[in-house]
Amino acid sequence: MDRTKEKVRLEGISKDFFVREDGKDHTVHALDRVSFSVREGEIVALTGVSGCGKTTTLRIIMGLESASAGSVEVDGRRVTKPGYDRGMVFQHAELLPWRTALGNVEFGLEVKGVASKERREKAIQYLNLVELEDSRNRRPDQLSGGMKQRAGMARALAIEPEVLLMDEPFGALDAQTRESLQGELLKIHEKTRKTIIFVSHDLDEAVLLADRVVVMASNPGRVHEIVDINIPRPRLDPIAIRGSDEFTQKRYYIWKTLTADTTNGAKTSGVDAAKTPTEA
Amino acid sequence: MATNPSKSEAPSVGEELGETEGRTLSLRSIRSGYITIISTVIILALWELFGSQIDPLFASYPTAVAKAGWKILANGTLVDAFIASIQPFILGFALAIVVGIPIGLLIGRYRILEAAFGVYVTAGYATPLVALVPLFVLWFGLGFKVKVVIIFVLSVFPIIINTWAGVQSVSRTLIEVGTAFVASQYQIMRKIVIPATIPHMMTGLRLGVGRAVIGMVIAEFFTAVGGLGGIITNAGNRFDTATMFVPIIIIMVLGVGLTALVGVLERKAAPWHRSVTGR
Repeated sequence: MDRTKEKVRLEGISKDFFVREDGKDHTVHALDRVSFSVREGEIVALTGVSGCGKTTTLRIIMGLESASAGSVEVDGRRVTKPGYDRGMVFQHAELLPWRTALGNVEFGLEVKGVASKERREKAIQYLNLVELEDSRNRRPDQLSGGMKQRAGMARALAIEPEVLLMDEPFGALDAQTRESLQGELLKIHEKTRKTIIFVSHDLDEAVLLADRVVVMASNPGRVHEIVDINIPRPRLDPIAIRGSDEFTQKRYYIWKTLTADTTNGAKTSGVDAAKTPTEA
Repeated sequence: MATNPSKSEAPSVGEELGETEGRTLSLRSIRSGYITIISTVIILALWELFGSQIDPLFASYPTAVAKAGWKILANGTLVDAFIASIQPFILGFALAIVVGIPIGLLIGRYRILEAAFGVYVTAGYATPLVALVPLFVLWFGLGFKVKVVIIFVLSVFPIIINTWAGVQSVSRTLIEVGTAFVASQYQIMRKIVIPATIPHMMTGLRLGVGRAVIGMVIAEFFTAVGGLGGIITNAGNRFDTATMFVPIIIIMVLGVGLTALVGVLERKAAPWHRSVTGR
C-alpha cells in the first residue's frame, strides 16, 4: 500500500441543473470547479451546509450523475459511469427488501458475474467483517437500522472496490447506533485499508473518521477549505479521540468556518452546529 | 362478486413473528374463523326462515336450493356445466396473466412504450367492455373461443394497469442500487423491478379474478346456452328459482375461493411486503 499514491482525483467538477420555475427555465449552478484528490488508504469526509453539493459530488464520483464540466479519475483512469472500482453505501442502506442480508450482499457479486459458490463464500466473509453473520438469513424488515447499514456496507465491500463511497451512511441512525457503526468503520478501515470518501453533515463524525475534511460552501457549491486531521491511526479508541485537543480544535475550527465564512448569507441549518464544544 | 379478502386471512403470517406473538395471532385467527362460521349460519337460518314464506317464483331458500342442487348434481348437468365454464375461465385468465404482466412491466419501465400504448390500456380499463361482447360474438362465434376471448379481455386490463403502476412505484434509489453495481437493464428488470412489483401484480390478479368470473357468466349469457351461466338462463326461463340459485352460489364460492388463493399466493411470493409483514 502506497499511502502517497493518488487514488481519486477530481479536477474542476462543475454541475448545472436545469429547473423550471414560474414557467421559466433557468440554470442552477450546483457545483463550481470542485477539485481535490484522495490518497490511497485515506478517509476523506465531504462536509458543508445543506445544498453545498456534497452528495452531488459523491454521486458524480460514483457515476450516478454526470458532471457538466471537469473530470473524475480513479487510479488515473477517467470515470463517467459506475464501475466495480467504486462501491457505494447508500444513505438509507437501500437493501432489496425481498432478499435476506446474505442475499443482499450477494447482489453485487451476482451482477458482477461471480460464480455462486465463490459468491456465497465472499458474502459470508464480508458479513463476518461487519459482524452480521448471525443475522444473515433475516430479511431487511427483520433487521434494525444499524444492521441494515452493516449489510449495506458489506454489500459494497464484497465487490472489492478500490474506493468506498458513502452517502451520509449513519445519518439516519440514532446516536448510539451511529457511534458503534463509526467504530466499526474505523476497524474495517484498519483491516482493509480501503480508500473511503464519505459525505456527512455531522462534524463529530467527519473529524473522528477522516484524515482530511473537505469543507464545502454553497451558492454555488465549491470547495472552501481542506482541513487535515492529525489524529494518528489506528483510531481504535473513539472515546479518547473525542476528548483529544486535536479533535476538539479541528471540530471547532470547521464549525466556525461553516457558520461564519462559507455561506454567502445562506442559512446554516444543515450543519450540526448545536453541539458546540464547550472546551474550545 | 365478493372480492373482499376477509380479515381473518391476514394473521396467518404468525410463522414470521416471534413465538408468543405468533401464538396470540393464531388464536385470534381461530376466533375470527368461528365468528365467520356463526355469522354464516345465522344468515342461512334467516334466509331459510323468511325465504320459505315467499312465493317460490320470486325467491328461494337454502334447503330448496340444496335439493335443486342435489338433483342437477345427480343427473350430471351441474358437473358438465362446471367443466364447460371452468375450462375457458382457466385458459382466458391464464392468457391474461401471461400477456398482461409483461405488457405492464414494459409500459411501466419504458417511457416510449408508455407514450405509445398507455392510452389504450387506460381506455381498455375504463371502458365497460361488456359493450363489445356482441362484436366478439360476430368475430369468434358462439363457442369456446368467444368465452376465452371475453374472459381474457375483461381480466387483462386490471392486470396490466396494476403491474404498470407497480413498476412506476419502484423506488428510484432501489434502481440506483442496480446502476451503482453496474447491473444491465435486463438485470435491473429481473432482480429489482420484477420482485419489487410482485405485490402490485397480485393486486392486479385479485381484481382480474373478479372480472374474469364476471366475464365467464356474461359470456354464457350472451353466447351458447351452456355452462353455469346456461343453467341460470334455463332455470330462469322455467321460473325454477331454486335451481337458478345453485350456479349463483357456486360462482360466488369460486370467486371468494380464487381471491383467497391469490392472497395465499401473495404471502408466498412477497412475504417481505408490508401488506404481509404489517409494517
